[in-house]
Amino acid sequence: MTGKEYRTITDVKGPLVFLNKTEPVAFGEIVELRLTDGTLKNGQVLDTSDDQVIVQVFEGTASIDKQTGIKFLGDVFKLPVSTDMIGRILDGAGRPRDGGPAIVADEMADIIGAAINPYSRQSPSSFIQTGISAIDACTSLVRGQKLPIFSASGLPHNDIALQIARQAKLVDSDDDFVVVFCAMGITAEEYNFFVHDLERTGALENACLFVNLADDPAVERLITPRLALTAAEYLAFEHDYHVLVIYTDMTNYCESLRQIGAAREEVPGRRGYPGYMYTDLAMLYERAGLVKGKKGSITQFPILTMPGDDITHPIPDLSGYITEGQIVISRELHQKGIYPPINVLPSLSRLMNAGIGDGKTREDHKSVSDQLYAAYAQGRELRGLVAIVGEDALNERDLQLLKFADIFENQFLRQSRDEDRSIGEGTLDYAWELLTNIDTKYLVRLDQKWIDKYHPTEKKE
Amino acid sequence: MSKENGVIYRISGPVVTAVGISPRMYEVVRVGDEGLMGEVIELHGDQSVIQVYEETSGVRPGEPVVRTGQTLSVQLGPGLLTKIYDGIQRPLPELEKTMGVFITRGVDADGLDLEKIWAFSATAKKGDSVSSGDVLGTVQETKTIEHRVMVPPGISGKIKEIKSGDYNVTQTVCTLEDGTEVQMMQKWPVRTPRPFTKKHAPEVPLQTGQRILDFLFPLAKGGTAGIPGPFGSGKTVTQQQLAKWSDADIVVYIGCGERGNEMTEVLDEFPHLMDPKTGEALMNRTTMIANTSNMPVAAREASVYTGITIAEYFRDMGYDVALMADSTSRWAEAMREISSRLEEMPGEEGYPAYLSSRLAEFYERAGRVETLAGGDGSVSVIGAVSPPGGDISEPVSQGTLRIVKVFWGLDAGLARQRHFPAINWLNSYSLYPPSLDQWYRDNIKSDFPEIRTEISALLQVEAELQEIVQLVGSDALPVDQQLTLEVARMIREFFLQQNAFHDVDTYSDLKLQYTMAKAILSFQEESKKAIAGGAALEDVVNVPARTDLMRGRFESGYEEKIDEMLEAMNKQIADTMEAN
Repeated sequence: MTGKEYRTITDVKGPLVFLNKTEPVAFGEIVELRLTDGTLKNGQVLDTSDDQVIVQVFEGTASIDKQTGIKFLGDVFKLPVSTDMIGRILDGAGRPRDGGPAIVADEMADIIGAAINPYSRQSPSSFIQTGISAIDACTSLVRGQKLPIFSASGLPHNDIALQIARQAKLVDSDDDFVVVFCAMGITAEEYNFFVHDLERTGALENACLFVNLADDPAVERLITPRLALTAAEYLAFEHDYHVLVIYTDMTNYCESLRQIGAAREEVPGRRGYPGYMYTDLAMLYERAGLVKGKKGSITQFPILTMPGDDITHPIPDLSGYITEGQIVISRELHQKGIYPPINVLPSLSRLMNAGIGDGKTREDHKSVSDQLYAAYAQGRELRGLVAIVGEDALNERDLQLLKFADIFENQFLRQSRDEDRSIGEGTLDYAWELLTNIDTKYLVRLDQKWIDKYHPTEKKE
Repeated sequence: MSKENGVIYRISGPVVTAVGISPRMYEVVRVGDEGLMGEVIELHGDQSVIQVYEETSGVRPGEPVVRTGQTLSVQLGPGLLTKIYDGIQRPLPELEKTMGVFITRGVDADGLDLEKIWAFSATAKKGDSVSSGDVLGTVQETKTIEHRVMVPPGISGKIKEIKSGDYNVTQTVCTLEDGTEVQMMQKWPVRTPRPFTKKHAPEVPLQTGQRILDFLFPLAKGGTAGIPGPFGSGKTVTQQQLAKWSDADIVVYIGCGERGNEMTEVLDEFPHLMDPKTGEALMNRTTMIANTSNMPVAAREASVYTGITIAEYFRDMGYDVALMADSTSRWAEAMREISSRLEEMPGEEGYPAYLSSRLAEFYERAGRVETLAGGDGSVSVIGAVSPPGGDISEPVSQGTLRIVKVFWGLDAGLARQRHFPAINWLNSYSLYPPSLDQWYRDNIKSDFPEIRTEISALLQVEAELQEIVQLVGSDALPVDQQLTLEVARMIREFFLQQNAFHDVDTYSDLKLQYTMAKAILSFQEESKKAIAGGAALEDVVNVPARTDLMRGRFESGYEEKIDEMLEAMNKQIADTMEAN
């Protein structure tokens, strides 16, 4: 619209710029800042009134002075989207980072993203095989689900995310996934690891990357996931792709959110995070799912590192209330040298029941999963008891369960980084084989009919 | 009113400040060129502060603000049931028609279908003196629910004309002698409780078919309950079980700031679920309100009021209504978000200082009442609470617990052990049993309250014994205490655990619950005798008939078979004595 440039900055505070008296500026409008040395920065309107406008600057406010010219671009933030984005690497604000040409837009999409009408959603029910037994058997992933990885610093969550990205496939169709990868404040080293791995496996051709690294502006992180999800929505709902969105690290995102909140002098909620963090996170996580009448889907794999391994910290806590379960990475298992160190006990997939069973995975899946879970939980509990009273005090059943916990960790959980186990033979049959270490009479969670059909030594042909 | 020239002065997220109008508090206004719906929440000099129910990005200062003269209201009348609304009573299927699968903005939709023709059959006649709340006639709204068309509050007089026939909700069905015309649709401001004559004491239990709830921690019709629990502990499943199986006439389910896929699941599932009482689809008695976590936050704040107003309306017809709000924490967070945008002085954890009074006002709209027409109706409210980190010392849990009479405490530990419903029997409570016991004696069995006391006493004893077992192992206990542990285990695994996803186990009626509880006590009794007669504890607890009895609850027709199974168990236990 207008090409008017204002030089009315009154205050600069953290990532925020305050300016006086403008013509009416829209809430959420995009802003261009021209510094005295000619550098351009971008920002967005956070608060607008007749007297004052507050602008959040994505690239940080370094070098901004009161002479800086501010131009309002008359529109809210939009991302040029096109199927050409597949195979490209973009920066945290959506500009090419791979040296390639700018994206030629098929469409300009609003990055805030409207909420999907709950009435128009379709219930997710297609099983995704990740090839990782711990996930496939115990916390099955379903297409259209949002399932975060709760990890902590020093744990191999990136390897797990990559392995999932590489191996994820549907058992009931040949459709492939397109991966949209969104990096928020990760280190260059981690980024190289991801890119290198995607290149090595050829997955990069089928991926679109949005990258904001640790030394990129922190405020930009607030829009990076929105860009990634906007691209994902375009690919899924306009072009029928099944999209797998991996974003890492949500903790950095929340830190940026807190930074903006503090700069605005907002009343903080728990641990200084803004009171609206739940709503803000929901506006990302809820952009997963399936929609009636559209073929594509969005499945999300957010990764977050729990500060101090604390699952009650606001970031994992609020995430857990929105996402459909969580995969919890365990330091204890990692230190035992087990990869992937997934602790199945606090892990959960809320949509699992809809995606498994006869016709989807296998009829005995639920039973086997319950039995593995129960036996492993009891075995782990017994470890605590044994530490006090010694193994001699255990009866036969308890001894078997105790032993099973080790077997479960060392054989079932443990697999190599490129081992792709199929759900039937690779995971469920293997589980049955391991369950032979426990007397059938103690396998109370298994229906007799499945024992008759699948138990390696007790089955009736 | 329209002569006023209101304009936007400031926009900050969902909060908009306007100048040039002088509206009333809580008046609905239209904001901006697109006419976004908003509600006045603060008057400040010549500024009016408005919370907007739709996304505000792109709106500019200087755009118009127009008063409507009305406070936020819902449309009440035939057509509420089987519907799914957003937080401000816009039907979601209508929104899909006008704006596609994504919810954009600036679209208005009526809560009721104004065109639909209903067969009204008059029950009042010409010359009758009627007043507020009196029933004028009925409409068969769904297969199972008869909608009673009432005289709106504040109106009374002699009927001049009333005729049965086919009408839409805005046509006049009855004219009074003073010329007042009454339509089937009435409007009611959501923030004002609907009037009634007086409140009764709650004396009838709300039966839910969930054993731990009905038997140990019952909720009365017209009562209030809170379910706090960390994520993954089964709040939503419990709420959905209540929506499915509670013996209310009408169910209002508010999905407040929760997951989109969860609402979809409810929408997919309910039309296929059968009401155990009527054999008709449960959807016929249900109204749903869905404001998922990513829908506008101000509408989330309103959704709870929209829901309870609809519930009160059905109560006024003389129905028992159950309202589930999942989750009230999200509602409180919406209040916090708006409050912080208003730059109000915060109370605890950033929540506004009026949080607990808002919670209290909301729960106080529950109750069993004598309606204006002299009938009996109730609204029971069950609110889920999502405390951060599962710690219920936070303000929303505490504010809720001060008001509600029933506390169903969900426990992450139990959920991890896959003990569902993961309701902790040691810290949960219900204050209703004293007023309900007479009902149980009259309608189920005369010793029902005593059996309940015995069962919960056993669980208490177990908790104490477990502490010893943790130290020395169970073998070190005397045999009678080992038996107590075994009996308590039976209570937990056979009685308290209930599989919501199992066709049969998902619902147990009160009589069956009583019989199962008696069976457990009978096991204790017989085993004691057998052990006194020389039988070994291990033989007693391992009689096969006991496993049959316990597994039987997964088979249909269990009510008829349980007595037989119990007899077989008792006999086998007695036999263990002879074997020795």
